[in-house]
Amino acid sequence: MNARAYWHTAGVILLNAAGNFALTVGMKRAPAAAGPVFALLQPFAAAGVVLLIAWMLLRLRLLQIADLSFVLPVTAVGYILNAAVGAALLGEHVTLTRWAGAFLITGGAALTSMTPARSGRKQEQRETAGTGREEGEPR
Amino acid sequence: MMQWLLVGAIVVCTACGDLLQSHGMRRGGARWKVPLSVVFLAGSFFSFTQLLRIADLSFAVPATAASLVLETLLARVVLKEHVDWRRWGGAALAAAGVALLAL
Repeated sequence: MNARAYWHTAGVILLNAAGNFALTVGMKRAPAAAGPVFALLQPFAAAGVVLLIAWMLLRLRLLQIADLSFVLPVTAVGYILNAAVGAALLGEHVTLTRWAGAFLITGGAALTSMTPARSGRKQEQRETAGTGREEGEPR
Repeated sequence: MMQWLLVGAIVVCTACGDLLQSHGMRRGGARWKVPLSVVFLAGSFFSFTQLLRIADLSFAVPATAASLVLETLLARVVLKEHVDWRRWGGAALAAAGVALLAL
């Protein structure tokens, strides 16, 4: 894993936390009468949307240069970072059980990412056998 | 109560969106499912923004991880994927984490 991948990873994690932080501030400040769409015009909310779009694009770029099995567990740290941002910057009271929940979820995401990205599907076995029907499609 | 309803909407919309996207992008999959997945994912995003209005960020982001549980289940049942013990374990850990958020 080269330095570029690490910088991209750091960028992905930070952009996600920054985007969610700005979106939270924006949504809390948006007028109650504003609907779900107009609330996004609040400057912080709009900044949050822009940051989350940048996060998505940078994540796609990261997936081009790094393995998915690297990207998933590392970016799952975002669950903990978002809790930390809530506590440190938004003054949220994060209880011990909430911290434990965030750590368990990160552990769960990390465990999931240890599995192969592509599993042998029954549908592919059927295709190989020549039946051709897509599994899950109505008969 | 309202916050859990929104978490439910996020989880269902995300799971449906990802399921449709995964099915639509696969060989032999119906392509109309991809644009429909965008509708569900948009619903998930707007539900998330509404959740941020009434809930803490430190609750909202981890709570959305509940979608991992439903998606693992749907991947097994609908997409007929092979889900090994580590994936079930990961989903169970995420479920336990979300349950802790509810305490």
